[in-house]
Amino acid sequence: MRLEELRFGTELLKRGFASMQKGGVIMDVVNAEHAKISEEAGAVAVMALERVPSDIRKMGGVARMVDPETVAAIIDAVSIPVMGKVRIGHFVEAQVLEVLGVDMIDESEVLTPADEQYHIDKKKFTVPFVCGARDLGEALRRIHEGAAMVRTKGEAGTGNVVEAVRHMRAIMGSIRALKGMDRQEMTDYAREIEAPAELVIECSERGRLPVVNFSAGGIATPSDAAMMMQLGADGVFVGSGIFKSSNPQKMAKAIVEAVNHYDDAKVIARVSRGLGEAMPGLDVHTLKEDQVLQYRGR
Amino acid sequence: MSTHSKKIRCCNTVGVKIGVLALQGNVSEHIGAFERALKCMGREDQSSVSPIKRPAELEGCDALAIPGGESTTISRLIEKNHLHEHICTFSGGIFATCAGMILMATNVDDPRVRPLGLIDMTVDRNAFGRQKESFEADLPIHGLDGGPFHAIFIRAPVATHAGNGVTVLSRIPQGIVAVEQGMHMALAFHPELCGDLRLHERFLKNLAI
Repeated sequence: MRLEELRFGTELLKRGFASMQKGGVIMDVVNAEHAKISEEAGAVAVMALERVPSDIRKMGGVARMVDPETVAAIIDAVSIPVMGKVRIGHFVEAQVLEVLGVDMIDESEVLTPADEQYHIDKKKFTVPFVCGARDLGEALRRIHEGAAMVRTKGEAGTGNVVEAVRHMRAIMGSIRALKGMDRQEMTDYAREIEAPAELVIECSERGRLPVVNFSAGGIATPSDAAMMMQLGADGVFVGSGIFKSSNPQKMAKAIVEAVNHYDDAKVIARVSRGLGEAMPGLDVHTLKEDQVLQYRGR
Repeated sequence: MSTHSKKIRCCNTVGVKIGVLALQGNVSEHIGAFERALKCMGREDQSSVSPIKRPAELEGCDALAIPGGESTTISRLIEKNHLHEHICTFSGGIFATCAGMILMATNVDDPRVRPLGLIDMTVDRNAFGRQKESFEADLPIHGLDGGPFHAIFIRAPVATHAGNGVTVLSRIPQGIVAVEQGMHMALAFHPELCGDLRLHERFLKNLAI
């Protein structure tokens, strides 16, 4: 095998990496200690950020990429993949995380957008990206830009699963609806949802998105996580839900087990006992429009 | 071995029951690849490929696939689901890729994984580095007809040492990336992602069914 014939950063390697996360829980962490707790609990990966989403809500101001010092400490602390969030459109934050050795980049609406017109041109990177979406059109636009993984946006930092459910139902329902369409109708539909026609047709042929589809945004309990899996998620991201609960170790392990046995209510009942307080929740309807993170990027 | 597989022994065209460990990772791709391999071999009738989560589901399987995923997570879920002893005493062949290869080893460089000890080798996790160092390459494989195998390495492990009873199928400068021992096969890369079914077929032929 000659080294010059090795290929790096291909679409297959990026989507393949995402595929290895399936059936797993990816946990938001703000330091190395959190990362170790997550790994110990069975997380498939950790997501590094400066503050968990519920604290970003409280503190306001501009939320940016995590401090590189923190990323390096987290990478040193754990053997599982380390992901990191960058602002929508902020391709230099992404370049920095790639150089630091982050395994996947989340171009995230949870941080303050850096570009209100364009997302990052993700095909230019060796490292794979995950992006949020509220519906099929948005998911396919991100995939067209090079996202190797999609997640529902939900409404991060609320501990309220209602928006994640809305987004997952929208994506899965739209894919199911393609079944009844012929090619011309699909092309028409692609125009309507502002997505490339070839990706709409690919969804119809596969009966699913062409990349792994996780759920995120508001998952706070083992039941929330299992519900998202039953609705068709390939896995879940948990943000504030673990480290804002009263017993993070126990909550983390319980959510991992609930995702593993998402279709077995007996297991979910067992792991949900004696977990202590879940994170404090927020009614999404009480948020002012500028506090709703899911409207960022489209 | 189950009574079912005893009955069909010594016949090359009969069905085979394959379980895919479905705790976490690339499960559906493994199920799809084995289904296609069985079809190519004309053995899809009476054969089945199904996900395995619990010890009882392993009963009657002729083969088990341990897919890629996160080895620390899969290792913990093997313990949680009381599968460790059942896999260690499983009488069929095991087809293990990436994280699966780590789990099959007798020794792993990392205490966060409890290996099954079914193939006499020492494995290093993440031997190539992080995701940006993941790569595709055309890999020569010992005894495999039809030219090099297009291998997809994703945060892959290597074996740094293999015992006398282990057949090394492929070695690169970083270490050993494909081995066989008895009916078991372990690969550091992902044949289920590339559409080439030669290694699946070789594994199925070695099952002695």
